[in-house]
Amino acid sequence: MHLSIALVLSALLFAAGIYGVLARRNAVAVLMAVELMLNAANLDLVAFDAWFKDQLHAGQTFALFVVVIAAAEVGVGLAIVLSLFRLRDSVALDDATDLADRDPVRRPVEPAR
Amino acid sequence: MTGADVVFGLLGIVCLAAALLVVTARNVIHAALWLVVCFGALAGCYLVLTAEFVAWVQVLIYIGAVVVLMLFGAMLTRAPVGRAQPLDSANRPVAALAGVATAGILVTLVIAAFKGAYVDIHHTAVGDGHVLGTAIFRYFVLAFEVASVLLLAALVGAIVLTRQERD
Repeated sequence: MHLSIALVLSALLFAAGIYGVLARRNAVAVLMAVELMLNAANLDLVAFDAWFKDQLHAGQTFALFVVVIAAAEVGVGLAIVLSLFRLRDSVALDDATDLADRDPVRRPVEPAR
Repeated sequence: MTGADVVFGLLGIVCLAAALLVVTARNVIHAALWLVVCFGALAGCYLVLTAEFVAWVQVLIYIGAVVVLMLFGAMLTRAPVGRAQPLDSANRPVAALAGVATAGILVTLVIAAFKGAYVDIHHTAVGDGHVLGTAIFRYFVLAFEVASVLLLAALVGAIVLTRQERD
Protein backbone atom coordinates (compact mmCIF):
# COMPACT_ATOMS: atom_id res chain seq x y z
CA MET A 1 0.00 0.00 0.00
CA HIS A 2 1.29 3.45 -0.85
CA LEU A 3 2.14 5.49 2.23
CA SER A 4 1.20 8.77 0.56
CA ILE A 5 -2.51 7.87 0.36
CA ALA A 6 -2.71 7.66 4.15
CA LEU A 7 -0.66 10.83 4.60
CA VAL A 8 -2.78 12.81 2.12
CA LEU A 9 -5.97 11.64 3.83
CA SER A 10 -4.52 12.67 7.17
CA ALA A 11 -3.52 16.11 5.83
CA LEU A 12 -6.98 16.70 4.38
CA LEU A 13 -8.65 15.63 7.63
CA PHE A 14 -6.42 18.05 9.50
CA ALA A 15 -7.34 20.85 7.09
CA ALA A 16 -11.04 20.11 7.59
CA GLY A 17 -10.45 20.31 11.33
CA ILE A 18 -8.67 23.68 10.98
CA TYR A 19 -11.60 25.01 8.96
CA GLY A 20 -14.08 23.72 11.54
CA VAL A 21 -12.24 25.22 14.51
CA LEU A 22 -12.01 28.64 12.84
CA ALA A 23 -15.46 28.75 11.23
CA ARG A 24 -17.72 27.31 13.88
CA ARG A 25 -19.61 29.46 16.33
CA ASN A 26 -20.97 26.76 18.60
CA ALA A 27 -18.42 25.53 21.15
CA VAL A 28 -19.54 21.89 20.86
CA ALA A 29 -19.01 22.01 17.08
CA VAL A 30 -15.52 23.42 17.66
CA LEU A 31 -14.75 20.45 19.94
CA MET A 32 -15.84 18.10 17.15
CA ALA A 33 -13.41 19.79 14.75
CA VAL A 34 -10.62 19.38 17.33
CA GLU A 35 -11.41 15.67 17.42
CA LEU A 36 -10.98 15.56 13.63
CA MET A 37 -7.49 17.05 13.95
CA LEU A 38 -6.51 14.58 16.67
CA ASN A 39 -7.67 11.73 14.44
CA ALA A 40 -5.58 13.06 11.59
CA ALA A 41 -2.52 12.87 13.86
CA ASN A 42 -3.51 9.34 14.86
CA LEU A 43 -3.73 8.21 11.26
CA ASP A 44 -0.22 9.53 10.65
CA LEU A 45 1.11 7.68 13.70
CA VAL A 46 -0.44 4.38 12.62
CA ALA A 47 0.69 4.78 9.01
CA PHE A 48 4.30 5.48 9.98
CA ASP A 49 4.23 2.58 12.43
CA ALA A 50 3.30 0.25 9.56
CA TRP A 51 5.83 1.86 7.23
CA PHE A 52 8.79 1.58 9.63
CA LYS A 53 7.74 -1.96 10.69
CA ASP A 54 8.37 -0.66 14.18
CA GLN A 55 9.40 -3.49 16.51
CA LEU A 56 8.29 -1.51 19.58
CA HIS A 57 4.99 -0.51 17.92
CA ALA A 58 5.56 2.98 19.24
CA GLY A 59 3.26 4.54 16.64
CA GLN A 60 0.25 2.45 17.56
CA THR A 61 0.97 2.86 21.27
CA PHE A 62 1.16 6.63 20.86
CA ALA A 63 -2.11 6.51 18.92
CA LEU A 64 -3.68 4.83 21.95
CA PHE A 65 -2.26 7.55 24.22
CA VAL A 66 -3.69 10.21 21.89
CA VAL A 67 -7.09 8.51 22.20
CA VAL A 68 -6.79 8.64 26.00
CA ILE A 69 -5.84 12.31 25.94
CA ALA A 70 -8.66 13.09 23.50
CA ALA A 71 -11.14 11.48 25.86
CA ALA A 72 -9.82 13.55 28.76
CA GLU A 73 -9.88 16.67 26.60
CA VAL A 74 -13.49 16.14 25.55
CA GLY A 75 -14.56 15.59 29.15
CA VAL A 76 -12.91 18.75 30.46
CA GLY A 77 -13.85 20.73 27.34
CA LEU A 78 -17.52 19.87 27.65
CA ALA A 79 -17.41 20.73 31.35
CA ILE A 80 -16.03 24.17 30.46
CA VAL A 81 -18.66 24.59 27.73
CA LEU A 82 -21.38 23.65 30.22
CA SER A 83 -20.22 26.19 32.78
CA LEU A 84 -19.99 28.81 30.01
CA PHE A 85 -23.56 27.96 29.09
CA ARG A 86 -24.67 28.30 32.70
CA LEU A 87 -22.95 31.66 32.98
CA ARG A 88 -24.37 33.32 29.88
CA ASP A 89 -27.06 31.05 28.44
CA SER A 90 -25.22 30.64 25.16
CA VAL A 91 -22.27 28.68 23.81
CA ALA A 92 -21.58 31.11 20.96
CA LEU A 93 -17.83 31.63 21.04
CA ASP A 94 -18.03 35.02 19.31
CA ASP A 95 -19.78 36.41 22.37
CA ALA A 96 -17.25 35.11 24.88
CA THR A 97 -14.84 38.03 24.57
CA ASP A 98 -14.03 38.64 28.23
CA LEU A 99 -10.40 37.65 27.77
CA ALA A 100 -10.01 39.36 24.38
CA ASP A 101 -7.00 41.62 23.94
CA ARG A 102 -8.78 44.32 22.01
CA ASP A 103 -11.73 46.30 23.28
CA PRO A 104 -14.66 43.94 22.86
CA VAL A 105 -17.91 45.06 21.34
CA ARG A 106 -20.10 45.49 24.37
CA ARG A 107 -23.03 43.19 24.21
CA PRO A 108 -25.69 42.96 26.89
CA VAL A 109 -24.61 40.09 29.09
CA GLU A 110 -27.01 38.09 31.18
CA PRO A 111 -26.01 38.17 34.83
CA ALA A 112 -24.83 34.88 36.24
CA ARG A 113 -27.64 32.79 37.56
CA MET B 1 -2.26 -0.26 -7.18
CA THR B 2 -3.19 -3.15 -4.95
CA GLY B 3 -6.39 -4.15 -3.24
CA ALA B 4 -5.29 -2.46 -0.04
CA ASP B 5 -4.86 0.80 -1.95
CA VAL B 6 -8.38 0.57 -3.35
CA VAL B 7 -9.98 -0.29 -0.01
CA PHE B 8 -8.05 2.43 1.78
CA GLY B 9 -8.94 4.95 -0.91
CA LEU B 10 -12.66 4.17 -0.71
CA LEU B 11 -12.64 4.34 3.09
CA GLY B 12 -10.69 7.57 2.85
CA ILE B 13 -13.26 9.12 0.52
CA VAL B 14 -16.06 8.17 2.93
CA CYS B 15 -14.05 9.50 5.87
CA LEU B 16 -13.20 12.77 4.17
CA ALA B 17 -16.74 13.41 2.94
CA ALA B 18 -18.10 12.74 6.44
CA ALA B 19 -15.45 15.06 7.93
CA LEU B 20 -16.45 17.85 5.55
CA LEU B 21 -20.08 17.32 6.52
CA VAL B 22 -19.09 17.45 10.21
CA VAL B 23 -17.63 20.93 9.78
CA THR B 24 -20.35 22.24 7.44
CA ALA B 25 -23.58 20.68 8.77
CA ARG B 26 -26.14 23.23 9.92
CA ASN B 27 -27.27 21.09 12.83
CA VAL B 28 -25.05 20.08 15.75
CA ILE B 29 -26.76 16.71 16.12
CA HIS B 30 -26.25 15.95 12.43
CA ALA B 31 -22.60 16.94 12.77
CA ALA B 32 -22.17 14.52 15.67
CA LEU B 33 -23.78 11.71 13.68
CA TRP B 34 -21.50 12.42 10.69
CA LEU B 35 -18.63 12.21 13.16
CA VAL B 36 -19.68 8.58 13.75
CA VAL B 37 -19.39 7.85 10.01
CA CYS B 38 -16.00 9.57 9.84
CA PHE B 39 -14.58 7.67 12.82
CA GLY B 40 -16.00 4.38 11.57
CA ALA B 41 -14.32 4.79 8.19
CA LEU B 42 -11.10 5.76 9.97
CA ALA B 43 -11.29 2.56 12.02
CA GLY B 44 -11.48 0.71 8.70
CA CYS B 45 -8.36 2.56 7.56
CA TYR B 46 -6.56 1.41 10.73
CA LEU B 47 -7.58 -2.17 9.95
CA VAL B 48 -6.06 -1.86 6.47
CA LEU B 49 -2.86 -0.54 8.09
CA THR B 50 -2.74 -3.70 10.30
CA ALA B 51 -3.52 -1.73 13.47
CA GLU B 52 -6.22 -4.06 14.71
CA PHE B 53 -6.30 -3.06 18.37
CA VAL B 54 -6.22 0.67 17.59
CA ALA B 55 -9.20 0.17 15.26
CA TRP B 56 -11.30 -1.45 17.98
CA VAL B 57 -10.24 1.19 20.50
CA GLN B 58 -11.30 3.79 17.96
CA VAL B 59 -14.73 2.20 17.68
CA LEU B 60 -15.13 1.76 21.44
CA ILE B 61 -13.78 5.10 22.69
CA TYR B 62 -14.54 7.49 19.85
CA ILE B 63 -17.84 6.18 18.54
CA GLY B 64 -18.96 4.75 21.84
CA ALA B 65 -17.86 7.43 24.29
CA VAL B 66 -16.70 10.65 22.69
CA VAL B 67 -19.60 11.05 20.24
CA VAL B 68 -22.11 10.22 22.97
CA LEU B 69 -20.45 12.84 25.17
CA MET B 70 -20.71 15.32 22.29
CA LEU B 71 -24.42 14.55 21.92
CA PHE B 72 -24.91 15.04 25.66
CA GLY B 73 -23.08 18.36 25.43
CA ALA B 74 -25.14 19.50 22.45
CA MET B 75 -28.37 18.63 24.22
CA LEU B 76 -27.40 20.03 27.62
CA THR B 77 -26.47 23.35 26.04
CA ARG B 78 -29.80 23.35 24.21
CA ALA B 79 -28.08 23.61 20.85
CA PRO B 80 -30.19 25.17 18.12
CA VAL B 81 -31.67 22.13 16.42
CA GLY B 82 -33.43 24.12 13.71
CA ARG B 83 -31.83 26.65 11.44
CA ALA B 84 -32.79 29.59 13.62
CA GLN B 85 -29.29 30.34 14.89
CA PRO B 86 -26.39 30.12 12.47
CA LEU B 87 -23.80 27.56 13.49
CA ASP B 88 -21.00 29.32 11.63
CA SER B 89 -19.40 32.57 12.66
CA ALA B 90 -18.73 35.59 10.49
CA ASN B 91 -15.09 34.70 9.80
CA ARG B 92 -16.07 31.74 7.65
CA PRO B 93 -14.29 32.96 4.46
CA VAL B 94 -11.04 33.45 6.35
CA ALA B 95 -11.47 30.00 7.88
CA ALA B 96 -12.03 28.48 4.44
CA LEU B 97 -8.90 30.23 3.19
CA ALA B 98 -6.88 28.90 6.14
CA GLY B 99 -8.24 25.40 5.61
CA VAL B 100 -7.47 25.36 1.89
CA ALA B 101 -3.99 26.79 2.51
CA THR B 102 -3.26 24.16 5.15
CA ALA B 103 -4.48 21.40 2.86
CA GLY B 104 -2.40 22.70 -0.04
CA ILE B 105 0.80 23.06 1.98
CA LEU B 106 0.49 19.74 3.78
CA VAL B 107 -0.48 17.71 0.71
CA THR B 108 2.34 19.22 -1.37
CA LEU B 109 4.85 18.60 1.41
CA VAL B 110 3.71 15.05 2.09
CA ILE B 111 3.68 14.04 -1.57
CA ALA B 112 7.10 15.61 -2.15
CA ALA B 113 8.55 13.83 0.87
CA PHE B 114 6.99 10.37 0.63
CA LYS B 115 6.23 9.90 -3.04
CA GLY B 116 7.45 6.37 -3.59
CA ALA B 117 7.18 5.12 -0.02
CA TYR B 118 5.51 1.75 0.13
CA VAL B 119 3.98 0.06 3.18
CA ASP B 120 4.48 -3.68 3.05
CA ILE B 121 1.39 -4.63 5.01
CA HIS B 122 1.80 -8.33 4.33
CA HIS B 123 5.05 -8.64 6.25
CA THR B 124 4.37 -6.53 9.31
CA ALA B 125 3.32 -7.88 12.68
CA VAL B 126 -0.41 -7.30 13.05
CA GLY B 127 -0.97 -4.90 15.94
CA ASP B 128 -3.39 -7.06 17.89
CA GLY B 129 -3.99 -7.06 21.61
CA HIS B 130 -1.06 -9.32 22.39
CA VAL B 131 1.50 -7.28 20.46
CA LEU B 132 0.29 -3.92 21.75
CA GLY B 133 -0.09 -5.20 25.29
CA THR B 134 3.53 -6.36 25.20
CA ALA B 135 4.63 -3.00 23.83
CA ILE B 136 2.71 -0.97 26.41
CA PHE B 137 3.53 -3.03 29.49
CA ARG B 138 7.15 -3.70 28.56
CA TYR B 139 8.34 -0.42 27.09
CA PHE B 140 5.75 2.26 27.84
CA VAL B 141 4.69 1.45 31.41
CA LEU B 142 5.57 4.88 32.77
CA ALA B 143 3.60 6.67 30.03
CA PHE B 144 0.69 4.30 30.68
CA GLU B 145 0.66 5.15 34.38
CA VAL B 146 0.92 8.87 33.65
CA ALA B 147 -2.03 8.55 31.24
CA SER B 148 -4.10 6.88 33.93
CA VAL B 149 -3.31 9.69 36.40
CA LEU B 150 -4.19 12.21 33.67
CA LEU B 151 -7.56 10.55 33.13
CA LEU B 152 -8.25 10.63 36.86
CA ALA B 153 -7.33 14.32 37.01
CA ALA B 154 -9.54 15.08 34.01
CA LEU B 155 -12.43 13.21 35.63
CA VAL B 156 -12.09 15.12 38.90
CA GLY B 157 -11.66 18.40 37.01
CA ALA B 158 -14.79 17.82 34.93
CA ILE B 159 -16.81 17.07 38.06
CA VAL B 160 -15.49 20.18 39.83
CA LEU B 161 -16.18 22.37 36.80
CA THR B 162 -19.77 21.26 36.33
CA ARG B 163 -20.76 21.00 40.01
CA GLN B 164 -23.63 23.31 40.82
CA GLU B 165 -23.40 25.27 44.02
CA ARG B 166 -26.48 24.91 46.16
CA ASP B 167 -27.21 28.21 47.76
